[in-house]
Amino acid sequence: MDFTAAVLLSVIAAATPLLFAATGELVTEKSGVLNLGVEGMMLVGAVGAFSTAAATGNPWLAILVGAGAGAAVSLIFAFLTLSLLTNQVATGLALTLFGVGLSASIGQGFVGTPMRPLPKLAIPGLSEVPLIGPLLFGHDPLVYLSILLLAGVWRFLYRSRPGLVLRAVGESHEAAHAIGYPVIAIRYGAVAFGGAMAGLGGAYLPLAYTPMWIENMTAGRGWIALALVVFATWRPGRVLLGAYLFGGVTILQLHVQAGGVGVASQLMSMLPYLATIAVLVLISRDATRIRLNAPADIGKVFHPQA
Amino acid sequence: MLLRLEPRGEASRAMIWLTPVLSILLTLTFGAILFAALGFDPLRALAAYFIRPVSTLYGLGELALKATPLAMIGVGLALGFRANVWNIGAEGQFTMGAICGGGVALIFHDTEGFWVLPLMALAGIAGGMAYGAIPALLRTRFNANEILTSLMLTYVATLFLSYLVHGPWRDPKGLNFPETRMFNASAQLPGLLDGTRFNLGAIVALLVVAAGWLLLARGFIGYQIKVVGQAPKAAAFAGFDQNRIVWFSFLVGGGLAGLAGLIEVAGAIGQLHPRISPGYGFTAIIVAFLGRLHPVGILAAALMIALSYLGGEAAQIEMRLPLAITGVFQGVLLFFLLGTDVLIRYRVRFGRPATSRGG
Repeated sequence: MDFTAAVLLSVIAAATPLLFAATGELVTEKSGVLNLGVEGMMLVGAVGAFSTAAATGNPWLAILVGAGAGAAVSLIFAFLTLSLLTNQVATGLALTLFGVGLSASIGQGFVGTPMRPLPKLAIPGLSEVPLIGPLLFGHDPLVYLSILLLAGVWRFLYRSRPGLVLRAVGESHEAAHAIGYPVIAIRYGAVAFGGAMAGLGGAYLPLAYTPMWIENMTAGRGWIALALVVFATWRPGRVLLGAYLFGGVTILQLHVQAGGVGVASQLMSMLPYLATIAVLVLISRDATRIRLNAPADIGKVFHPQA
Repeated sequence: MLLRLEPRGEASRAMIWLTPVLSILLTLTFGAILFAALGFDPLRALAAYFIRPVSTLYGLGELALKATPLAMIGVGLALGFRANVWNIGAEGQFTMGAICGGGVALIFHDTEGFWVLPLMALAGIAGGMAYGAIPALLRTRFNANEILTSLMLTYVATLFLSYLVHGPWRDPKGLNFPETRMFNASAQLPGLLDGTRFNLGAIVALLVVAAGWLLLARGFIGYQIKVVGQAPKAAAFAGFDQNRIVWFSFLVGGGLAGLAGLIEVAGAIGQLHPRISPGYGFTAIIVAFLGRLHPVGILAAALMIALSYLGGEAAQIEMRLPLAITGVFQGVLLFFLLGTDVLIRYRVRFGRPATSRGG
């Protein structure tokens, strides 16, 4: 495999956890709920997947458990914000703090446990075509799943009736409620989907990206995913673009480090975080664009007066 | 629906102070169940976690040591939270304060003088303020979400500290450990109680709590903060400048976090290394909420959460539990607190409403 293909493959791998998490959060936010717990849900998904894979050796089961664990903790958030009407910002922060602690507690016993990485798809003949072969056919199955799910979310949101209802709930919960849509139930669903997707993104890290357990191994990816949704101005196509852009920044930074450029590794590692700030500033400076694209009722508490 | 919320006519004042107590009790219950599930005698485990660490004078000193940064950062954050300004990058501002203040200590390593500590404190405050100014600028000038920018800057600050102690600031005689030289005597906070690590920092924290209380109860800016948070439209009509509140929240929050960082490295630690904080900046968010965003409440909450840190350390040694379980308890506590807060504005009823008004 030549160098270009190898770099592009690693960019896509670095982008995949972000793509999962940001796609999930996109759906959650489209329904009018801001869940800042992505980092925590990703970590819980990661530890759920790793412990399952370590115990059973079955990567597919591990992926399922990762998604399930993410969805399970997201339901704590859903219950608090939707049924007990708590502040979404504070509750999301609580979920992240909880997820960081929980994953580190469970994961402590797994430090140093080896993990076999997910197998790459390989189609005899096709995978060997230069550049195009590995790029199209050389990934692990989760990469394809992330793109399929994003396409599915796009279709759901913009080409289906339930998707239209979900967006309506996010734009005006009062109006949607008045028409008779079950606002709370729809939001429960959207939060759980976001949790499952964050769990998948988290699961990708120990199963495929760096096959081992490291405490806090998401390293801020949940927060970057949140920023990506803003960067994408809540549009699925741009989530894809943003995720691969960030994958690119991450890999660029690693290659520069490996290339022996005379800059300390810690300074290079700042790059993805600084890039996140830079794109947030570039996108947000146009306040009108944010206002027009953000779901109008995002973050607001909804309590129907019977 | 089984569970129904009925709005109260007005917020219950009793519940405002009862729910923190209730949430602590619920967290203790959760802890007892968790310990039982892990095969420990729950009562003995809770005693080991929450009582034994503070049964000695030394332990009480440690409690004050851990509560100091939590209370200082918590008071600063609470000002912002009251105005819906979400600075969640206090961990980064804490780190920058430690770097700037610690840097002064390293520059004057060969100099003795009573002026070194005050200079370090000023540098720490300035470092935290400057670092808090970045998200404030990005929010007021470019409309960028301060939650995300302040959090991203935390990662940057942690990496910067790591760079310094691995590279230019590493102790030349330190056997390649990533740490700076120990600060000299005049760059370390004086201890106040023999046999403990209790130091001047705790007194500073008490002064900060008092100042915070005065500001909120008597200051005009404190009044503006409350109005902006509770009635943004009224604040706009009154001509209160929203951007000024953002700047004020971040400068005060950042400055206090920076000072807390300086106190930590000049007091408890005495040098810079990559693990100067067990997440004080994030835990202070819990402290601020648990203390009802009120400085006096925050002081009580800081002591409570400091105890959970000590308990976590004790549990690690005595019960071989992972240290990170402290984070689980702290997260659960915040869940319970936020959840029970519903009782302030609503009554919880079970079953269907007695009277149904149409559809």
